[in-house]
Amino acid sequence: MSQHPKAGHAAHADEGKHGSVQSYIVGFILAVILTVIPFWMVMDSNVSRKATLIAISLFAIVQIVVHLKYFLHLDFSTEGKPNTFSFLFTALVIVMLVGLSVWIIFSANALMM
Amino acid sequence: MTSHVIQSHAAHAAGHGHDHEHHDSGGSTVFGFWLYLMTDCILFASVFATYAVLFMNTAGGVSGKDIFELDFVLVETFALLLSSITYGFAMIAAHKGNKGGTIRWLLATFLLGAVFISMEVYEFHHLIAAGHGPSSSAFLSAFFALVGMHGLHVAAGMLWMIVMILEVNRRGLAPRTMTRLTCLSLFWHFLDIVWICVFTIVYLMGAL
Amino acid sequence: MFGKLTLEAVPYHEPIVMVTLAMVALGGLALIAAITYFRKWNYLWTEWLTSVDHKRIGVMYIIVALVMLLRGFADAMMMRSQLALATNGALGYLPPDHYDQIFTAHGVIMIIFMAMPFMFGLMNIILPLQIGARDVAFPFLNSLSFWLLVAAVVLMNLSLGVGEFARTGWVAYPPLSGLEFSPGVGVDYYIWALQISGIGTTLTAVNFLVTVLKMRAPTMKLMEMPIFTWTCTWANVLVVASFPILTAALGMLTLDRYLDFHFFTSDGGGNAMMYINLFWAWGHPEVYILVLPAFGIFSEVISTFTGKRLFGYKSMIYASGVIAILGFVVWLHHFFTMGSGANVNAFFGIATMVIAIPTGVKLFNWLFTIYRGRLRFTSPVLWTLGFMVTFTIGGMTGVLMAVPGADFVLHNSLFLIAHFHNTIIGGAVFGYLAGFTFWFPKVFGFKLNEKWGKASFWFWQIGFYFAFVPLYILGFLGMTRRLNHTDNPDWTPWLYVACIGAVLILFGILCQFIQVFVSVRDRKKLVDESGDPWNAHTLEWATSSPPPFYNFATTPVVHDIDAFTDMKEKGIAYDRPARYAPIHMPRNTSAGLIIGAFATVGGFAAIWHIWWLAIVSLVGIVAAFLVRAYDNDVDYYVQPAEIERLENAHLAKLAKA
Repeated sequence: MSQHPKAGHAAHADEGKHGSVQSYIVGFILAVILTVIPFWMVMDSNVSRKATLIAISLFAIVQIVVHLKYFLHLDFSTEGKPNTFSFLFTALVIVMLVGLSVWIIFSANALMM
Repeated sequence: MTSHVIQSHAAHAAGHGHDHEHHDSGGSTVFGFWLYLMTDCILFASVFATYAVLFMNTAGGVSGKDIFELDFVLVETFALLLSSITYGFAMIAAHKGNKGGTIRWLLATFLLGAVFISMEVYEFHHLIAAGHGPSSSAFLSAFFALVGMHGLHVAAGMLWMIVMILEVNRRGLAPRTMTRLTCLSLFWHFLDIVWICVFTIVYLMGAL
Repeated sequence: MFGKLTLEAVPYHEPIVMVTLAMVALGGLALIAAITYFRKWNYLWTEWLTSVDHKRIGVMYIIVALVMLLRGFADAMMMRSQLALATNGALGYLPPDHYDQIFTAHGVIMIIFMAMPFMFGLMNIILPLQIGARDVAFPFLNSLSFWLLVAAVVLMNLSLGVGEFARTGWVAYPPLSGLEFSPGVGVDYYIWALQISGIGTTLTAVNFLVTVLKMRAPTMKLMEMPIFTWTCTWANVLVVASFPILTAALGMLTLDRYLDFHFFTSDGGGNAMMYINLFWAWGHPEVYILVLPAFGIFSEVISTFTGKRLFGYKSMIYASGVIAILGFVVWLHHFFTMGSGANVNAFFGIATMVIAIPTGVKLFNWLFTIYRGRLRFTSPVLWTLGFMVTFTIGGMTGVLMAVPGADFVLHNSLFLIAHFHNTIIGGAVFGYLAGFTFWFPKVFGFKLNEKWGKASFWFWQIGFYFAFVPLYILGFLGMTRRLNHTDNPDWTPWLYVACIGAVLILFGILCQFIQVFVSVRDRKKLVDESGDPWNAHTLEWATSSPPPFYNFATTPVVHDIDAFTDMKEKGIAYDRPARYAPIHMPRNTSAGLIIGAFATVGGFAAIWHIWWLAIVSLVGIVAAFLVRAYDNDVDYYVQPAEIERLENAHLAKLAKA
């Protein structure tokens, strides 16, 4: 991060995508809702275990998307593309890494029971 | 960022101007920092995978259900969420060239981060004092490593924030400082996303 | 005060180690004396050690790689000679505890400290030139990455004289690598050397991805980038996506060893299989990281020396991309025998076989490039042809082992050892050596001696088959890897043949060094004034050899995949621009070297539990980084007058040539 005394152009060029007070507040409210509901479901509701599990996973995914959009300003504009695509690729790798790892180890565990 | 590069490309094509696109553009720095964050994502994912594999291995000791206090975690979560929006306001102030506002919002963010870290340290201390330290079982090893790694990131972000507060105070909001504030912004919001995964997978699913 | 470190840590009783140390010390002293005698310290410091020039850093990477090749190969010779001597019940000359360190060191060095730096060296030198850039996106970070690698190399070599190295095999599987079964510092050396170099590797990959996306000549589209740049880019994508997994796995092993965590221990509910799983989730992409840039080199070499455009440029890029992504869904084939069940094994077995398809696409592309071309049989071409045959055999044995049932028979046998040497030597190393010969004149301004280069190739190629075909056979005969001595008369003759093969490869390496020596001696005769000795296609040949520190006086304008060929055909390749604009360049800095030095000390302190020193080093690293971050004097402009002077000198040489 240290060799950019002439960062001027860039800092100004992405002025369009650093968000406004309004977008931050929208993002915040959405995030609060998406946080409170899963906590409430686990702490204080009578929804079945399986349904809760699915619901809180979905809430987490939606909340991640909200954060990416409102706080990290990911989008598909020309400037935003490299960031967005590198994130999507990372997400793919994470799904493969975590999913396959869990599958591998759980299968091995099952056979050793 | 890219629009900047295209501009300077146009300058090239016209055959004048300096090489602004070379090794010093803020856009490159922010993108490079984003790629670093992607590596960090995968680092966390690896530890998450390990946690997922080990969380049932309690070695006869406590499980998540026994030790997690969700109301406590909810307060921690709110401290982080609030700090996200205060950092957002710091960036808005910075883009307006409002030096004082930037510093004040950064301080607010720092304080919220401190609340989060203090609560986490309290939780860890409480668990260790109760005999549920990381050496007790694979579950607790994975729990302490995963949550602790996030905590270390937050602590590093707070140190960085102090440096940035001093920098803004001394040098104002020069382009280089803006680039660094942008990188820290990405870092801070990124930690929030990791925390969503932590509270969902570790705390909520663990307490279920 | 000194943690676990005592004078007992130096292995006085091991004559082999002590003689080696004495030789290294003598060699080091001679080097220092020579530098002092010729008064080169200042030159070395200002022009090389503190340089942020990607070409200089690349050369330093390759020097490190060649030095480590010698050490890794010395380990290989010791193993082969031990196994040739220790037959029919004889014990040989290497006791098991030493032998185990040798095979561990051989693996770690060849992968992490030979192949990786060689690959990064070539990438550093060539990639920015190929895309018409002045330097990489973050020159200081580039220097830092290099010095972190050096820190790791220093730690790795320190383990020879202070303490011991791991005896676990290069994969360091727990619980063997856990504290219970490896209480010494060997595994700690392994952990910290890999962690420090891994951080450097990750930073390099980030750096080059940004370079490729943001620093290209503005007129160069992504689908016009030279193929070597493309394959390096895929390799960098893999580094960014896979090295953090290694960092995490080693980090957890560290916690197990230092703070009594229970990730991979046999007690406390730990699961050692998770380490194996994570290790290979990194380890498999890692082999593609090594081989993809080599594929790029072969493509450049073949299209240059046939005088044709590369056949199937786009399919080559897509095939590399498919290999990169599939590289993330095959890692379990390294441990089919772990017992995850038929479904899991079938999935990973099929995914593994599928990778043969894009690799086959590449092979056919090379063949079609040669078809109806006028192939010039230079030594880079010989390496390429040798690769095409050898790597295909390695690939086919790989597909064989991708069948889980077959793998249960061959797992951890010498068949496996033969297979991966077949792909890594036949794929990656041949590629780097081809690239070394191919680009040498670009870096130093004179060609390498062809006679010795060809001799080196034939020794390597023939030696390779002598060394590794016996291992395939031994694998079928049931010999497993990492044996210290054997007692089976059926195996003995093959072990002798393998040892002869290793000696032939030794001659190949010697020829290589003689080649460099002879070429430096005859550099006046081998000189290349044109900057384009092979009549090549891509932009790195458009500038002088060696290139000026700013690479290109004016940013090249690209209209074609083979940008330089296009310029030559249009007759504009050597046009002098009407005027030169100032060029913005980074200043040299010692910050990378200083941080690297702190990392060395910090790693050493962590290995020996000297905690105060570790903290001091950490503070030193942060302080050095901050000082660098707040240094305002990091760049300057080269003035048109100086550019004009350098360019005129080059053009005058061109006119003569």
